[in-house]
Amino acid sequence: MNWITENKIPLGSWMEAFVDWLTFNAAGFFDAISISLEWMIISMVDIFQWFPPFVPMAMTAAIAWWLHRSIPLVIFVVTALLLILNLGYWQEMLETFVLVIAATTLSVAMGIPIGILAAHKPWVYTILRPILDLMQTIPTFVYLIPTLVLFGLGVVPGLISTIIFAVAAPIRLTYLGISRVPEDLIEAGRAFGATPFKLLYKVELPAAMPNIMAGVTQCIMLSLSMVVIAALVGADGLGKPVIRALNTVNISQGFEAGLAIVLVAIILDRICKAPGAKEEG
Amino acid sequence: MAAISIRNVDVVFGENIEQSLALLDQGSSRQEIIETTGDVVGVANASIEVQEGEICVLMGLSGSGKSSLLRAVNGLNAVSRGELLVQDGDQMVDIATCDASTLLHMRTSKISMVFQKFALMPWMSVVDNVAFGLDMKGMSKQKRRAKAMEKLEMVGLSEWKDKFPHELSGGMQQRVGLARAFAMDSDILLMDEPFSALDPLIRSQLQDELIELQQRLNKTILFVSHDLDEALKIGTHIAIMESAKIIQHGKPEDIVLNPKTPYVADFVAHTNPLNVLCGRSLMTLVSDLPIVNGECVLNPHDNTVVNVNAEGVITTASRQGEALPLHHWSEGEDIERMAEGLLVIASPDVPMRSAIEIRYKTGLPLLLEEDGRLVGILSDKDFYHALLGKHFTLDAA
Repeated sequence: MNWITENKIPLGSWMEAFVDWLTFNAAGFFDAISISLEWMIISMVDIFQWFPPFVPMAMTAAIAWWLHRSIPLVIFVVTALLLILNLGYWQEMLETFVLVIAATTLSVAMGIPIGILAAHKPWVYTILRPILDLMQTIPTFVYLIPTLVLFGLGVVPGLISTIIFAVAAPIRLTYLGISRVPEDLIEAGRAFGATPFKLLYKVELPAAMPNIMAGVTQCIMLSLSMVVIAALVGADGLGKPVIRALNTVNISQGFEAGLAIVLVAIILDRICKAPGAKEEG
Repeated sequence: MAAISIRNVDVVFGENIEQSLALLDQGSSRQEIIETTGDVVGVANASIEVQEGEICVLMGLSGSGKSSLLRAVNGLNAVSRGELLVQDGDQMVDIATCDASTLLHMRTSKISMVFQKFALMPWMSVVDNVAFGLDMKGMSKQKRRAKAMEKLEMVGLSEWKDKFPHELSGGMQQRVGLARAFAMDSDILLMDEPFSALDPLIRSQLQDELIELQQRLNKTILFVSHDLDEALKIGTHIAIMESAKIIQHGKPEDIVLNPKTPYVADFVAHTNPLNVLCGRSLMTLVSDLPIVNGECVLNPHDNTVVNVNAEGVITTASRQGEALPLHHWSEGEDIERMAEGLLVIASPDVPMRSAIEIRYKTGLPLLLEEDGRLVGILSDKDFYHALLGKHFTLDAA
């Protein structure tokens, strides 16, 4: 048995060598991504901050009303946002919100085409499935380290880690939705002369839309759950006060920041949930 | 000119089509081919011509290949071998070999389809569903809405235009399916068991509506059904399929009277002949009637006789020495008001249903007359014979 322990397979070193190789050879590429994403996020936060708090508040309330026509929901949204403002986490809330939206947008933009491809080509899904499982089960801290090395400290490694964690949801649910489109609808589309492209956007995508939207909602919630971890690598937002509170054993700060995160989560969840899908919980 | 001409078509599903076709040629059965190559033979060596304006019904049990053949006509199933010609203006297009754009053209302007489970898009309103095919054609929204409304009116659903399919009953949904197919203005309609998912009353109502619409529109319809009564009701021709092969093709009456195999006979035995048969195929020929004192005896028990002159023309008739009034009946005339004891003379083409009704009202056999001559009679024995399914002769090889 000694032989086994004495001859350790250098898996870790190989990975490190690979990351080193990437840093050395593709630094320009990663820097470009890093700089452009950072610029995008910071400018979005700036735009939101330029408005007085009541403008985003009114906009959110209006969206909630437009989507759900529910007065209690609007009251809840406004009260929750006022409470966050009162607690002094308005800016952090905006930063978190922008991070979540950016991560979701990028995840969905990548996830839906990949999901469609996987549904149409079974071999793609065969390859993809273990990768998706890996991305969702591997502890977040593990890939936080290489992303930190590649993209540097700040909001971008947080964003990338969030995407790695959240992108599986839209991929899986798009795949599920498209591959579950009833065969007779596809046949009807073909029989009436749909080209493959028209079949996709006039039949398959609308038929899969409930699933795809569920994927988007899930993606938003997963992104939000990464807020604290993203703060560890320097992403601004509601995660930062939580980390600070943890380091200084500050119960009151931890509670307030945690409450703010929960409120943002509930607002996003209630607004994003499809009006017809209430019973699915 | 034939609207659809199917010539020696095979449809095989699977990976080893070449090998399966070779096995098929050697006379292997479907089961043997599944076991050797893993391929499923949907249709084997089918040949059939469907003329313009005909309703041809493909009949058979589930798994007999009728839907596979239907789906080959618009290319939903690929033809593995053979020619499948569909009329496009003055020329015939071979669906089996044409390129993608020709197939698209055939689907958007020549062939439309109605599905068993309606296959309406659940996220579209009724009017948008009807306009679906027109959208595929690339018609502008305004134009296709107008046209869809016209077709919705035709099937009596214009007031439901803004509803969604799930808000409609099954019968209404299939009317939307019909309107969607009619909206394409294509000459050929493929119908895959369109009424099977409906309850019997609605089914028969939609069958009547289809027959009525067909009289106005005169489409060429290929109709799949597993119900021979339905086939006999709406079909001008019927093709019966069994394990991937067409085993008999003919007019409804031919099928009922001369089933070629025990399988067809079995089907026919369970059907209602009232709607299919006519006097000619049931009648007792005049030459088979007993002649007593120069009079043809219709019923020896009450001594009902008819006098026929040397040219075969009916002159007089009597029952127990009492003269009977004669009446010439033609299609469409009211039977309800016929008096008991009226001896009716009809054409040999009288439908069996009308003949029985006349017999029921008058209490007397019917005389069948063609070109002014008595050719045969329809008596109770002939009716019972037909109702018991003994009217056909099985001439299986």
